[in-house]
Amino acid sequence: MTSHSPEAGQSGKTSAAGTSRLAAPDAAGSSDAQGNGASAVRLRKRAGRTGRAHRSGRGRTFRWTPYLLIAPAVGILLLALAYPIGWQLVTSFKEFGLAQQFGQPAEFNGLDNYIKIVTTGETWMVVVRSVVFCLVNAFLTVAAGTALATLMNAVPKAVRLILQVALLLAWSMPVVAVMTVWNWLFDWNHGTINWLLVQAGAEGYSRHNWLENPLSFYGVATVIIVWMSVPFVAFSMYAALTQVSGEVLEAAQIDGANAWQRFKGIVVPMVRPVLMIVLLLQIIWDLRVFTQIRMLQDRGSFPSETDLLGTYIYREGVGASHFGMAAAMSVFVLLITMVAAWPYVRSLMKEETI
Amino acid sequence: MLRIWRRIGRLAASLLALALAVIWVFPVYWMVNSSFLPNTKLSAATPAFLPFGGSLTNFKLVFTHGNFGAALKMSLIITGITVVFTLLFAFLAALAISRYKFKGRRSFVLAVLFIQMLPAEGLFLAQYTMIRDMGLMNTGLLNTVIGVSLIYIAAVVPFTVWMLRGFVAGIPADLEEAAMVDGLSRTKAFFRITFPLLAPGLVASGVYAFLQAWNEFTVALVLLNQENKTLPLWLRSFVQQSSQHEIDWGQVMAASTLVAVPVIIFFLFVQGRMTSGLVAGAVKG
Repeated sequence: MTSHSPEAGQSGKTSAAGTSRLAAPDAAGSSDAQGNGASAVRLRKRAGRTGRAHRSGRGRTFRWTPYLLIAPAVGILLLALAYPIGWQLVTSFKEFGLAQQFGQPAEFNGLDNYIKIVTTGETWMVVVRSVVFCLVNAFLTVAAGTALATLMNAVPKAVRLILQVALLLAWSMPVVAVMTVWNWLFDWNHGTINWLLVQAGAEGYSRHNWLENPLSFYGVATVIIVWMSVPFVAFSMYAALTQVSGEVLEAAQIDGANAWQRFKGIVVPMVRPVLMIVLLLQIIWDLRVFTQIRMLQDRGSFPSETDLLGTYIYREGVGASHFGMAAAMSVFVLLITMVAAWPYVRSLMKEETI
Repeated sequence: MLRIWRRIGRLAASLLALALAVIWVFPVYWMVNSSFLPNTKLSAATPAFLPFGGSLTNFKLVFTHGNFGAALKMSLIITGITVVFTLLFAFLAALAISRYKFKGRRSFVLAVLFIQMLPAEGLFLAQYTMIRDMGLMNTGLLNTVIGVSLIYIAAVVPFTVWMLRGFVAGIPADLEEAAMVDGLSRTKAFFRITFPLLAPGLVASGVYAFLQAWNEFTVALVLLNQENKTLPLWLRSFVQQSSQHEIDWGQVMAASTLVAVPVIIFFLFVQGRMTSGLVAGAVKG
């Protein structure tokens, strides 16, 4: 606990306890016979405060200082995040289309928007596609990243450094630049990927359009997303792997544990927390892919066949002004994210520093 | 015998690692390589793997053609505002949660943690209508800048608070107090003792905010019109314009190199902090 405020005395840390004992005699004199719990607390508080003030000179600080300090941050979060979330929630229960855009009052229509989502083929498809896409990408990314981290751990230092620099470069690319380069690599006409495939003997890939067929479109998107997300996973997992002590592994080896047993019994439990968090973050990030899909669609494919949640909400809301429906879809995204994020938040909550 | 096999295994692992390094670095290399080459070379039957016969023509064309300058200015203004206000707000909040104990502190920290997980892509619709209703959209440069910056600051503040909290907590308040015992005023003690120790944290958080605002695409796409583009939007429309004819990949790659290079430099600089911040909870536990 790094808190140095007057109230810190309550937490019963040794120093505070010491000062309150010191200050007790005169405090007890002023409010002696009350003896109930509340006054005892107040007493300890006051004792703590005077004691602290002596020690740290912080007694002058008013109680509202911390509130003033967090006010700007809280203000902007309320304005730019809390209000939109509220709006979204309310609008998702309203009939809110083009007419309402131009001043007609938006009527509540209960669960109509949600019912429409569930009963309309297209939205249902988008949701299913997004969830499948997200899970496939997240698991592939984490698997590839973990494999790379294990490899980093196994190779000599010089090789490891080369691999790390390569990963860092890929990681640092802005997403719009990433999409531009990959669009060039996958270009149907002069793209390098088609050229490589033809060189490898697959003649059919000359002037092959990768983005025409939705499945192949998602394949390309997966390659790009895995390429750009793996570095984060690899570095995190590598950091976790280096925490595994060599001495412990050696001791286990001397005790007769084989490689698999050492891996399962020592390495896996050590890296598990990092693995879980990285997987969660990846799921959350991959559910909300927007830029990648949008910029692949730019290169000529039908949005209606390739939309995921992000681009679908964009098209429905900003494009077609079906705000009610789009808001309901957004709420759905938020809900999934919150459910997925909860374990992460809880694991951080367990840290004593919060 | 066993030793030989182990040697071979290590060699194979090294070769595999090098091959993977090539795969990961290739697109980045390809972007830079193509940016120096004329379109005739890029559309030849065999790709040019080295920038022989390259020139800076593509870069010149990018600079003169279109409104790179205007987009750069827009990006710089929005990024600048975002960085300054994010640092200010996040620093104050970090001070509060690491130096004071107050009612609602825990809820605030939890909110900060949770908000980091919220998808902008699930919120942009509401942010769009809000910014529009506030008259902060497409009503002149100033309003537009304020509208976008508002959303960016809110998006970056949570993680920055989280990052700075660690830095502030790492500096013992006793240091400051000792300086005060030695006769410095509270303010002086803070600026002479605590602030210099915090500088690395502030720089790292600032660079993080810079990267986020500089790279952001979705919110900018939703909130900005054709005249007030940031660099990512400009790059996208540059590609779109180019693809109306036979797309000039050389120019497009030069444009994307221009957008990417400052980011790559800054990123290499703060990468360590960002990773450790994101998985801090797990690594430490």
